[in-house]
Amino acid sequence: MAFRDEWLRARAVAWKDLMAERRSKAGFNSVAALGVTILVLFGFALGPDAEAIRAAAPGALWLAALFAGVLAFNRSYQVELDGGALEPLLMYPGARRSIFAGKLLANFVFVFLLLVIVIAVSLVLFHITVPSTWPRLLLVVLLGEVGLVTLGTFYAAMASRSRAREVLLPLLLFPMLVPVLLAAMQATKALLVGDVMHDAGAWTSLLVAYDVIFLISTFLAFDYVIEA
Amino acid sequence: MNHSTNDLAIDARMLARRFGAQWVLRGVSLELRSGVAAGLVGANGSGKSTLLRLLCTLLRPTAGTASIFGADIASEPDRVRELVGFFSPVPGVYEDLTAMENIRFAATMLGRPAGSAASALERTGLASVANERVRGFSSGMLRRLSLARLLVHRPRLLLLDEPYNNFDAPGTALLNDVIRETLAFGGSALIVVHDVASAMPVVNEWFSLTGGKMSPSAAIPVGSPSPSIIPALGMSGVLH
Amino acid sequence: MTAAAAFTLEVPKSGRWPIFGWFAVLFLAGAQITAFAISPPDRDMGDLQKILYVHVPAAWNMGICYLLVAIYSFRYLWKRDDRDDLIAASAAEVGTLLNGLTLVLGMIWARPTWGVWWVWDARLTSTLIMFLVFAGYLALRAFVEEPDRRALWSAVAGIMGAINYPIVYMSVRWWRTIHQVQSTPSTLDPTYTFSLRLNAVAVLFILIYFIRRRYEAALTERVTEQLSQAAALGGPLHA
Repeated sequence: MAFRDEWLRARAVAWKDLMAERRSKAGFNSVAALGVTILVLFGFALGPDAEAIRAAAPGALWLAALFAGVLAFNRSYQVELDGGALEPLLMYPGARRSIFAGKLLANFVFVFLLLVIVIAVSLVLFHITVPSTWPRLLLVVLLGEVGLVTLGTFYAAMASRSRAREVLLPLLLFPMLVPVLLAAMQATKALLVGDVMHDAGAWTSLLVAYDVIFLISTFLAFDYVIEA
Repeated sequence: MNHSTNDLAIDARMLARRFGAQWVLRGVSLELRSGVAAGLVGANGSGKSTLLRLLCTLLRPTAGTASIFGADIASEPDRVRELVGFFSPVPGVYEDLTAMENIRFAATMLGRPAGSAASALERTGLASVANERVRGFSSGMLRRLSLARLLVHRPRLLLLDEPYNNFDAPGTALLNDVIRETLAFGGSALIVVHDVASAMPVVNEWFSLTGGKMSPSAAIPVGSPSPSIIPALGMSGVLH
Repeated sequence: MTAAAAFTLEVPKSGRWPIFGWFAVLFLAGAQITAFAISPPDRDMGDLQKILYVHVPAAWNMGICYLLVAIYSFRYLWKRDDRDDLIAASAAEVGTLLNGLTLVLGMIWARPTWGVWWVWDARLTSTLIMFLVFAGYLALRAFVEEPDRRALWSAVAGIMGAINYPIVYMSVRWWRTIHQVQSTPSTLDPTYTFSLRLNAVAVLFILIYFIRRRYEAALTERVTEQLSQAAALGGPLHA
């Protein structure tokens, strides 16, 4: 019963965030446009040699998702801060972790849509052919995204309420994301060439371990972060 | 926990709160019985809003304890949040959602039936704009919207921070009705006011804060419109 | 209990700490001289190897600092005592300093050894990442003014950073081993190991002294803030 209540609250928060995001279309569209722009710039940095571009594509893809996605995380708290809505939100009874869960869910959907666009554009720009191992690739994308969004949503709760939030969030977040980015890039790279070295499995396990560890610790720590 | 404590809507002892090096509350004790509405007056920066935020668990006290209808604000914040409704001068609504969506969201978060949203909007006179986005609302309409949220909640203790701001005469009357209903059901209200006249019809006790401490005697509101209530002030509101 | 009792911090007394400081400095000097005197020049590296007597102890003690940050951060979340927050912050500053020293010395060593200033070796890279994590920690402290909020947030960030370290190290190591075989460690001279350990103890003393003095400064600063405010408000907090 208690779990059901928390789920209903989390769903309400996620729905509310996504609805507000959808109504102000500028948000998603500009973030997606930024993601594509970053991909194009990577093309200039790495090209014009087609082979070099293809080899670097997994890295470029994840970095584009990271740089564009990081904008979503601060936005997710900006919605609360703009109209002074954070206080009523914190005044609702029930565990605050359902607020975190809701924001996490909304950001997951947001970044997922972003990833769809970024991946689709990467396929075209970087001459990637979809490998037969694509279901495993999808799994890697989802696991990598969970890690990215978990820590992003968590650190934005602090950064968005500090001075210099634009600088602080990436500064806190990016070093923490090194393992998840590294694993996601390497697994993507391996799977794009058919996992001939059989190393995608190890990276996928690392992603799972990272996601589990940080999902648990952020859920435990969120109360402290949101309280002050 | 003895029985008599549970009868107190607010039982605060030596509450203190520091922001950095600055002590905003310096040991405030306050008892508010159920069924009573108290007005809280004091100059800007005297700690009124901070006191309300401590009582509704938005801030943690640096020292001291308080309980709301027997629920401790530090150890049982969840119960306190169920019991307390905080009405702040900031509307705290989502501009890209409609009035109805805002109140439905509040209802879900409060664990109230979705149907309660419609009647709350009806009562606050927002039914005709229920499906319009909040972005274009006037400040008076925004106040009514936050009042609708309070109606969905129906808390036992109302903590009202300058509640009469931006309300027209019917709005003020509506707010006072809501306070009276809460008192009638054995609830209580603590009302931070500058506009003493608006609160006069409902308030039975006065407290006064000065420099983060309770003033030794209840302040008699300046410019009180009805001198007849002043004797009533004299018999209550004095701190223990 | 009065409201004032639990929260009035006292100005820390230096006591015998300056003497300990002199002892630590002299011990470090002695340890360095010993290392230089007794350890033979390395077969491949020659006297370049001496740089390791600072590099390796700095790296080990950096780990101790970060462990202290994690421990005192946990303690702060548990007890909410300002002093734990200040110790964690002091340990983070000293840790970041040692971390920077480790990196710079590592690079100076790498240049003649490998011909480049930097290699993407697992240890070097994860040390760099930790430097960035704790630079973020210190930035967080700098950008949040309200002390209670700063203490809570940095405690959480410190713990998260500490949790992340083993994962970073493992991921970078995998990344390296998959693409390149790691160099095998050569057999070590016993005097070499002894000198390393001796110097690690010396740096440990320095570290303790630094953290202590940094903590005293931070605490004094905090007390001054409170006193000036109390004076401004007309006397200290009375119950």
